[in-house]
Amino acid sequence: MKKTTKRSSAAVMNRSQRRSMRAFAPLFLLPTVAAFCIGFVWPFLQGIYLSFFRFKTLKFTTFVGFDNYEKALEDETFLRSFLFTVAFTLVSVTVINLVAFAIAFVLTKGIKGSTVFRTVFFMPNLIGGIVLGYIWKMILDGVIIRFLGSTLALNATYGFWGLVILLCWQQIGYMMIIYIAGLQNVPTEYLEAAKIDGAGSFQILRHIIIPTVMPSITICTFLTLTNSFKLFDQNLALTGGAPFRQTEMLALNIYQSFYNSVSNMGIGQAKAVIFFVAVVIIALSQLYFTRSREVQE
Amino acid sequence: MTSHLSRGTRTVNTVLTVIFSFLAIVWILPIVIVLVNSLKSSSSIALTPFQLPTADTFMGFQNYVTGINNGNYPFYMSAFYSVVITVFSVALILLCTSMAAWYINRVDSLFCKVIYYLCIFSMVVPFQMVMFTLSKTADNLKLNTPWTIPIIYLGFGAGLAVFLFSGFIKSIPLEVEQAADMDGCNALQTFFLVDVPIMKSTYISVAILQTMWVWNDYLLPYLVLDRTKYMTIPIHIQFLQGSFGRVDYGATMAMIMMCLIPIVVIYIICQKHIIKGVLSGAVKG
Repeated sequence: MKKTTKRSSAAVMNRSQRRSMRAFAPLFLLPTVAAFCIGFVWPFLQGIYLSFFRFKTLKFTTFVGFDNYEKALEDETFLRSFLFTVAFTLVSVTVINLVAFAIAFVLTKGIKGSTVFRTVFFMPNLIGGIVLGYIWKMILDGVIIRFLGSTLALNATYGFWGLVILLCWQQIGYMMIIYIAGLQNVPTEYLEAAKIDGAGSFQILRHIIIPTVMPSITICTFLTLTNSFKLFDQNLALTGGAPFRQTEMLALNIYQSFYNSVSNMGIGQAKAVIFFVAVVIIALSQLYFTRSREVQE
Repeated sequence: MTSHLSRGTRTVNTVLTVIFSFLAIVWILPIVIVLVNSLKSSSSIALTPFQLPTADTFMGFQNYVTGINNGNYPFYMSAFYSVVITVFSVALILLCTSMAAWYINRVDSLFCKVIYYLCIFSMVVPFQMVMFTLSKTADNLKLNTPWTIPIIYLGFGAGLAVFLFSGFIKSIPLEVEQAADMDGCNALQTFFLVDVPIMKSTYISVAILQTMWVWNDYLLPYLVLDRTKYMTIPIHIQFLQGSFGRVDYGATMAMIMMCLIPIVVIYIICQKHIIKGVLSGAVKG
């Protein structure tokens, strides 16, 4: 419906209007397109190009083919950071989505103080990653030193769970907001009809509520998945990779191979390309997977 | 609403309110702990972070005074540059991307389509992919000052902004614009007099999303700016904590508190807009 109206009016535009619009193209498009080329297109293409070269500065580059990629995949710290990132992503995506959904579920039941709770839970989302990291470093170190006799910087397990706690605190409120919006779409008539038919709460949840909020579930898993996979600031501030680069996530690993290593920067760039491909694959397959389930339900 | 609920449901709801009140207190506890510690001496923060200040450890606002003037780079300068960068970048993004999005949707040529899909593509690309080359490009083009870095933000932030504006522009009926056209408005006048007022709520949403991003961004300004001359708040906090030598915990806590206060105040004032903006940004998935 929308498409046909758009097309027919676009046809109207084709004649004189369109020609007169063209005159304004530089004014409307140029600033954004120029900045987009400087800030994205050119660095992106140059990044792919440079991943095939050995270099320390941009003045002296040597073509090495896929050598950088081989070296990147042989790098133990890179593989370890990859596994760490995958484990971290799986845990945090599950915890954040379950808790956020549960909170949203209760808050849409109309309990007293829902608005206040919503406000409080969302607030940490506005705080930047670096500041978040140092807040939690102080708190977690306080707990760990007193009760466990260690510190975040000495034990990779504590570092892992520290990052999970931090990300939960930051993202649960955000996902809760999206789930609340989804849950408000569940038609009350359906719920009442199901109750009259004698459906249990679990059946109602499974057959009515979850199918209706499936779009929200798609969005939330997509956001938490990419956010945790690309995490950098929080990682840098909370653990900085300590101990011995064991809590380093992919983004931080790439950063270190650019700026804290004396060797060939091409390896860092190759890692960045691999990272980019991984992000695209994850994003696309996740979207495909949940979208297909949406249709099915 | 609650009047026709059964007694059992009401009891459950009361219990839930109690549980959630407890949870909400736990949720704001980290900020309270930072506040309390920002008033204590550095050594007592490291040893007993969960203790209320005693007569010995209470410092009053001493940490704030040291923090603001501390070191070779004063905090107020970082705050100033953070404000400059955020205000200019967001203003530039709003103006330029809304115009571009409108043009792209109205003209709809092949070139416009390519730009549009490139914008969507750019949203998936992680910053690490362009990190090194972007900072080199910015250096070469002298975009490494707080006054010019907004151009980089416009480029890297264009994707989401163009996408969100386009989503709304598609829903504006062309008839409205054609009426303006008949009255002799040119494209520029039509856009600013007809479309901009209609898009007000989209402007607010985009502004909120971009402000949250630019204000909290660490890596881009860290790599692009000349750090001996310019810092932003996140860079400053990182330097306070991550620098070599003695870390002044008291001053760090005070400076973290200085970052949190404006965020909390602004959040409480514009809560509705912020939540709406964040929601509209999320729909991109």
